[in-house]
Amino acid sequence: MPPKTPSTPGKTVRAKASATASPIASVTPLKPLAQPEPSAGPPPNRICVRIGVGGPVGAGKTSLVAAICRVLRAEYSLAVVTNEPQTREDADFLLGEGFLDPAHVRAVQTGCSPQTAIREDIAANLDAVEALEESLDPLDLLVVESGGGDLTALFSRGLVDRQIFVFDAAAGARAARKGGPGVDRADLLVVNKTDLAPLAGVDLEDLRRDAGARRESRPTLFTSLTEHPDAPAVADWIRGLIEERRTLLGRG
Amino acid sequence: MTRSALLLLADSRFPAGAHAYSGGLESAAAAGRVHDAATVYEFLLGRVHTGALVCASFAAASWLCTDREALAELDHEYDVRLLSPTLRGHSRRLGRHLQRAVAATWPSPRLELVRGLDPAGAHHPVVLGAACAAAELTVDDAATCAVHATLAAPANAATKLLGLDPNEVSAVLARLAPTADRIAARAVSLARMARLRSDPGMLPALGSPLLDLTAEDHAGWEVRLFAS
Ligand SMILES: Nc1nc2c(ncn2[C@@H]2O[C@H](COP(=O)(O)OP(=O)(O)OP(=O)(O)O)[C@@H](O)[C@H]2O)c(=O)[nH]1
Ligand SMILES: [Mg+2]
Repeated sequence: MPPKTPSTPGKTVRAKASATASPIASVTPLKPLAQPEPSAGPPPNRICVRIGVGGPVGAGKTSLVAAICRVLRAEYSLAVVTNEPQTREDADFLLGEGFLDPAHVRAVQTGCSPQTAIREDIAANLDAVEALEESLDPLDLLVVESGGGDLTALFSRGLVDRQIFVFDAAAGARAARKGGPGVDRADLLVVNKTDLAPLAGVDLEDLRRDAGARRESRPTLFTSLTEHPDAPAVADWIRGLIEERRTLLGRG
Repeated sequence: MTRSALLLLADSRFPAGAHAYSGGLESAAAAGRVHDAATVYEFLLGRVHTGALVCASFAAASWLCTDREALAELDHEYDVRLLSPTLRGHSRRLGRHLQRAVAATWPSPRLELVRGLDPAGAHHPVVLGAACAAAELTVDDAATCAVHATLAAPANAATKLLGLDPNEVSAVLARLAPTADRIAARAVSLARMARLRSDPGMLPALGSPLLDLTAEDHAGWEVRLFAS
């Protein structure tokens, strides 16, 4: 469904009416970010749930991916694609943890533009994702870690079904207020490093309020991967997605 | 045939994965051989007379060919012209990416002719020729696109890696444009000749030994920004 065109007759009529009443009203955007993006959704017969994990450099993406793999690998068949702006650092770290087989991890090179590779030119990532899905069939979960971006980083719906934006609580309250597509639109916002927030003079309640204001009904979770390395709440959120998909395909 | 289709396909924003490749520029920059607009020009001048001509000849030859067996032979002929196994791998990967993007943009049986020529995908210029045919572009467009792609990748990488003035880099490309057009025209002639004789072995086989060597070396770097 195209998100930009108002599809309900009610909305169209209202927009037209206000345009006639006051020309100024017609140029006021209809709060474009307020509605949750209707996702294109995966092809109906694909069982594998593809999840993107994005966020600024050092926010804790790889730590979170490692947690997800460690916790969920006993229940599900899973694989990881890492996007590496410079090295195989992330892929090697995940392999070094020892709970993923090398055949389940692929590194994609992103040539100075980590965001391009997950957003406007997803060719290399799709190639890696599809190769893993084919060689490891059946996969339940595929996690794509982005190479580290800024607040504007967002995964293409052509690459992942759902995305998590990892945010560093110690990066400051202002960053959350500024927002950006990642903070605003990700299906799940993970505010990580809550243990460091007091050291950085960040009030988590402020963060909760600001993130809530930007994200409306979309969920936000607070984690400290040093204090709770298994990120149980995030793992539960992912379990929910996988089970939902199984039910949808009648494989529950 | 539409001009807009050509612009769309040649645009570096066309989602076919090229943005991650520097075409040897990252190595040349690290070695200090390329460090400013003048040395970018020299680097690209070398490319346009060698790799670009070969790539464009094969793109044109692929455009001219609708026989699957002959396309497989063409793919093989390109394969043996790439001395570096790393570059062979890159070329097939980029071919795969292009095939995917074009299949979604201009679906056509013409493009499907080159699918599966090799388990790893057909080589990039072979797919590019078929892609241009699928987009109803001309054989000259196919060659021009190939030359442009060969030059644009290192030029874009130079801007990113060296922080060069993007306006200067654009000026370098503009300076090379007449040569690029001539090379594309020659590539089409060579492709037509090879086609008349049904001998893809006649297509040019110009190489850049230093780029083959640095490509192998680059693949083993611990820290690198580009795939090539
Ligand atoms: N104090 C604290 N440190 C954390 C937490 N989560 C991760 N870290 C540390 O933060 C650093 C960066 O974590 P990574 O998981 O590598 O971050 P990343 O987002 O994958 O980083 P890039 O891939 O480089 O963008 C590491 O040293 C982690 O140990 C946390 O909750 N609290
Ligand atoms: Mg990481």
